[in-house]
Amino acid sequence: MSETDLGLWGVPLAMLAGAIRVSTPFLFVSLGECLTERSGRINLGLEGTLVFGAMAGYAIAYETGSPWLGVLAAAVCGAGFGLAHGAMCSLARVNDIAIGIALMLLGMGLAFFFGKPYVQPVAPDLPSIPFGFWSDIPQLRAALDVNALFLVGVALALAMAWMFRATRIGLVIRATGDGAEAARALGVDPVRVRTLATAAGGALAGVGGAYLSLYYPGSWNEGISSGQGLMAVALVIFARWKPVNCLWAALLFGGAGALGPALQSVGVTGGYYLFYAAPYVLTLGLLIAASSPSRALAGAPAALGFNR
Amino acid sequence: MTVAAATAKGAPGLETVGMTMRFGAFTALEDVSIAVAPGTVHALLGENGAGKSTLVKCVMGVQKASDGQIMVAGREVDVPSPRAAHAMGLGMVYQHFTLAPSLTAAENLVLSRDDAPAVIDWAKERAGLEAFMGGMPFRVALETPVGRLAAGERQRLEILKQLYLGRRFLILDEPTSVLTPEEADEALGFIRALARSGDITVLMITHKFREVDAFCDEVSILRRGRHVGGGRAATLSHGAMAEMMIGAPPPERPKRAPKNPGPAALSVRGLCARDRSGLKTIEIEDFEVRAGEIVGVAGVSGNGQMELVEALAGQRPIQAGTVAVMGAPFHATRAEAQAHGVRWLPEEPLRNACAPGMSVAENVAFRSFDANGFWVSAAALRKVAAPLASAFNVKCASIDAPISTLSGGNVQRAALARELSGDVRLLICANPCFGLDFGAAGEIRARLMAARDAGAAVLLISEDLDEVMDLSDRVVVMSEGRIAYQAAAAEADRAEIGRRMAGRR
Repeated sequence: MSETDLGLWGVPLAMLAGAIRVSTPFLFVSLGECLTERSGRINLGLEGTLVFGAMAGYAIAYETGSPWLGVLAAAVCGAGFGLAHGAMCSLARVNDIAIGIALMLLGMGLAFFFGKPYVQPVAPDLPSIPFGFWSDIPQLRAALDVNALFLVGVALALAMAWMFRATRIGLVIRATGDGAEAARALGVDPVRVRTLATAAGGALAGVGGAYLSLYYPGSWNEGISSGQGLMAVALVIFARWKPVNCLWAALLFGGAGALGPALQSVGVTGGYYLFYAAPYVLTLGLLIAASSPSRALAGAPAALGFNR
Repeated sequence: MTVAAATAKGAPGLETVGMTMRFGAFTALEDVSIAVAPGTVHALLGENGAGKSTLVKCVMGVQKASDGQIMVAGREVDVPSPRAAHAMGLGMVYQHFTLAPSLTAAENLVLSRDDAPAVIDWAKERAGLEAFMGGMPFRVALETPVGRLAAGERQRLEILKQLYLGRRFLILDEPTSVLTPEEADEALGFIRALARSGDITVLMITHKFREVDAFCDEVSILRRGRHVGGGRAATLSHGAMAEMMIGAPPPERPKRAPKNPGPAALSVRGLCARDRSGLKTIEIEDFEVRAGEIVGVAGVSGNGQMELVEALAGQRPIQAGTVAVMGAPFHATRAEAQAHGVRWLPEEPLRNACAPGMSVAENVAFRSFDANGFWVSAAALRKVAAPLASAFNVKCASIDAPISTLSGGNVQRAALARELSGDVRLLICANPCFGLDFGAAGEIRARLMAARDAGAAVLLISEDLDEVMDLSDRVVVMSEGRIAYQAAAAEADRAEIGRRMAGRR
């Protein structure tokens, strides 16, 4: 083997690399869900949107030869799913949770149906930027090989935080999340705001899916998602509905997801499946730690009804 | 009637002429003509359903009147929408808050402007807001999320918002219902001062006669959609206004039979529990309610009263301390409650004390339906419920109708019928008359007094200080989760209570 042996140092390095690589879909889906929930709706269908985005992105990238057109297609499909969710929830007595679950199953089913012909072909990958060019250690170079979409996600988190603070549209979304009454008092139609926020959130989840199929793991198959779309919902709660916190939370989850492979690479094979379950255990643990039977959830948009 | 069109500073007068509003066969408003002179504070009095909100909704363009005209500043105007009303300088402060609680005061104010910029230059906006606040007699913290402001501050901010938006004719819908007496006086004093100086004209919906006396220039009284009287506030007595409002002499205050309180029915020692936000705690050092007395707990909502009720009812974990009923430790189990005759009447009983979709009979029988063990007989339920419902004047189409079809007063009566049946030794009730009209409230209060006379201990938690003062043998004030004041009702001083409610000594 030509690789330098880093010993146990390989574990944190691999986790850092994994954190950046694995976190990107978490980041996009959680930013999308953050946007939707801040407007006062929950879209549980993002898992389906993610899988459909992965398929659509892969298919378009293969057909056109451009991975970025694939990302765009995934965003458009995601916005379509979000729009469908938003429009259906605008009807009287329709529950956003139930619609979300229905759309999750629909999105996955449609993705598998349309995606069958694309399991074999190889689509072009998204480019990455080699920030590790200065180093001779191959593991470090690999770890610092950062995909462009991750950087877009980081910029997006910062931009969304700015939007919630210093733009009219951001304030309108936050006010709508406080309740339909607050929005109507401002002369804003809460249904429209929520539908558009859900559509935009869906577009972001679609981009997260395109990352899965176009970069890491980098191929389209039916097992491409391991529940990132669902875990992102928990992640938003953990991040207290703050976009920048979504970034840290996504990195944490990404790092936890990289724990299993990292330990395996240094020869720790005991409890292999247990380490692979780390992100799920982390999800459960964080949700329990972040909740309390007698306390209201800080930062929760009032319209979600968490604190009723 | 001749009314000057507007004050020198541009606050317009407003007149309604023959306003009529029909919903199908029901007439909510019939030929109502009132005139609000510019630069005055005008009170609009009436019971629930008298047409006050319908009238102001028509003025604000929320509803289109079936008939009648609106005159603003002496000119007949058409108000097709709230936006049109705003353009004419008409603004409304609602009873419930309309500010978004998670946004700061500054964010709320800027966002409420029609010309709010797409990208907000906070340095510039902040300077503008500071300049605006500088010209106002009171300030509100601009950078605090509105949800964390005290109710009084929020109410002031609602009024400031209207002024910030350039509205010069303000309609206030029961603006003081969430304020301490002191905060109410301060807010109304501010409003009156602005009116006197000609900055605004105010139409205020209220049912507190004290506020009419102290702060209003003129009064109009509505009853069942009709304008039944009014005039200068100084010339109208409370009795006359009450009689016009309800169309009959007002119900008498419940009479208090002299009674020596018995042994302690409820005693709380060193109780400690967390509040909803989890950030604050309520701590009750030492507190007793004795048999045959009503202890009234006054306080601004959100100062731990509801947490106290929840802790007593077993709905909120107790972190430290003991609760004892009739000298025995009490953990709010059904068995203990039945053994000691403990009953509850929580606020908003339809939501908190009833199963809305179940029938009146079933709801009334909740305390006793399982007395016979496993099997429940519908006939037996009805046999228990029917006499109770009629004894407590519960008006319903049938006792088999879902309880959610009843009016607020009747739901309250039904819940009280259930809670006051059998051997009651301790009754805990919260805001029992909230939202009820004079007649229904008077009846409920008389029932509470009767329970006390029969030897029950009554713990009454109420945001209505008048109710606490009228009914209680002893008054307790809660502030910041603690008992800030205790006194026998006969010796309690209103001003002192107001100060304690506001958290001062």
